[in-house]
Amino acid sequence: MSQQFTPNNPLPQEAKVPQEMAVFSPEVEAEVERHLAKYPVRRSAILPLMFIVQRERGGYLDPPGVAYLADRLGVRITDIWEVATFYSMINTEPVGRYHLQVCKTLSCKIMGAGRVTEQCTRRLGIKPGQTTEDGMFSLSEVECLGSCGTAPMMQIGFDYYENLTAEKVDEIIDRCQSGELPNGVR
Amino acid sequence: MFIGAIGCEPLQLRRVNLENSASLDVYRRNRGYEALRRVLDGMSPEDVIAEVKKSALRGRGGAGFPTGMKWGFVPKDSPKARYVVCNADESEPGTFKDRYLMERDPHMLIEGMLIAAYALGARTNYIYTRGEYRYLIEIMDRALDEAREAGLLGEKILGTDFNCEIYTHSGAGAYICGEETALLNSLEGLRGHPRMKPPFPAVAGLYGCPTVVNNVETLTAVPDIILMGGEAWQKLGTEKSGGTKLWSVSGHVNRPGVYELPMGYDDMEKFIHEDCGGMLGGRKLKAVIPGGSSVYIMPASDIEGKDVRMDYEGLVAAGSMVGSGGFIVMDETVDVFESTKNLTEFYKHESCGWCTPCREGTDWLVKVFKRIEAGEGRPDDAQLLLDIVDNIEGKSFCPLGDAASWPIQSAIKKFPEDFRRKVANGGGAVHPKEGLPTA
Repeated sequence: MSQQFTPNNPLPQEAKVPQEMAVFSPEVEAEVERHLAKYPVRRSAILPLMFIVQRERGGYLDPPGVAYLADRLGVRITDIWEVATFYSMINTEPVGRYHLQVCKTLSCKIMGAGRVTEQCTRRLGIKPGQTTEDGMFSLSEVECLGSCGTAPMMQIGFDYYENLTAEKVDEIIDRCQSGELPNGVR
Repeated sequence: MFIGAIGCEPLQLRRVNLENSASLDVYRRNRGYEALRRVLDGMSPEDVIAEVKKSALRGRGGAGFPTGMKWGFVPKDSPKARYVVCNADESEPGTFKDRYLMERDPHMLIEGMLIAAYALGARTNYIYTRGEYRYLIEIMDRALDEAREAGLLGEKILGTDFNCEIYTHSGAGAYICGEETALLNSLEGLRGHPRMKPPFPAVAGLYGCPTVVNNVETLTAVPDIILMGGEAWQKLGTEKSGGTKLWSVSGHVNRPGVYELPMGYDDMEKFIHEDCGGMLGGRKLKAVIPGGSSVYIMPASDIEGKDVRMDYEGLVAAGSMVGSGGFIVMDETVDVFESTKNLTEFYKHESCGWCTPCREGTDWLVKVFKRIEAGEGRPDDAQLLLDIVDNIEGKSFCPLGDAASWPIQSAIKKFPEDFRRKVANGGGAVHPKEGLPTA
């Protein structure tokens, strides 16, 4: 099982200049252009572009993806990593296809978030911060997701799953395993 | 989940429960964009700012700074571009009101931003939305497209000379980016570290240009302030706290949700025990954090039998703050040591790492909490926590340090028994574990 990095930790990749640059389809390039056009300064598009590259490169910023970003935005490789390591939603290491992010902050905690995490661990055999051997599931405990009125809850990819019970957690994991739920990173 | 008004007619929430509430059609059939038309028909930018000043609207993100005053700081004669940036980074634990405003009534935010942009001479404006709210960005983009197609956004709005664009922008998971200067750094494509103030964003903000950063709920109040007039809007509330406020209620109540209350609603006890459906399972109220995790925790004894008035001055008098209105209700099953540890871990995770007091201080605080939990607590640990906090509060580069300090200071002051017991019992749970509600 692999450890997931946390923000403000050293970069898990080797800090070498990537040898190849990612190439994307015309549709993706058009999407990139639309974001770049919103700002008078190219660098402002760094986060929207990181999400696109992350999505296209299997869920994280791999070295070719980092090289693409640096080139597109006219900044250095280190500038990309500097920003990527700050934000918790940007991955510099692979994550599972389904990233179960269970909210652990106060309102969810007092409404039973611990039991949600326990149920995930029971089903998947991984603890928060780990990924299953087959790369299907990653489990994280994350901070307040702005869903306190429907606590406890979790986010999978970009989707919220609210008012959770142990039964609902089971049902959601079943649907992930049967391929019924969309992949996490859209 | 409940979304509605108590103690007043719904104002900000008057469209949220309508079918297709997010559509331009429903918005327009409910006085949508009337305020914008009134502004463009015959109000000058100064007129608009004057109305907002009269309204006594205060920033709804948590700081409560008078909005009219903030707008007035933008220099009238600067040759630089101006920007209005909507702070939709809603990340204060316990707060979820902006989410439903954007989900159910996105055009209200668009109209509020357009009026603000008109008042401040801004042509390009951004809605900085937290990355986890991806579905809201999609809803907002659809609403912006609708507005563009209808001539309400872009070039020559409503046939006038007013040109104005609004774009959504995604954050990527950083509470600190809700602090306005860190937000601006993030929007410029940098790490989300805060900036020194002065200069204030109104003078030198986004790309060094005059910028106003306002919370979603602040901007959505603007159309009604124009429609009713600033004075009438202010009178819905109290003299220094005008209008209505959205409270995000969560925790051990029967009816959590988003509640619109008139500012100055003067019975917090009734609010909890009646309006929000009373306590889950009929258990006893122990504590409330009324304004998001950063504000002082209130024991039940400071609320019950005390006529707490829910506005800025009233909550300060009662020993806490309005903050973001993130109203977390805790019953007798909660161990305040554990709840405070939970919040301290939050601030440690979210500390940007820029300044030593906050970066090292929050880390040390968590270590002390963990040591106590592991059974190695000492009798003077409460004082140790207060000493550490004393080196963070007022000494950090931005208010996150203060926000990390206040929960600990107030919890130790109001719930010393929970800390004493935790140390004396050698860590471990001292209350029945909070349960997962079934179905």
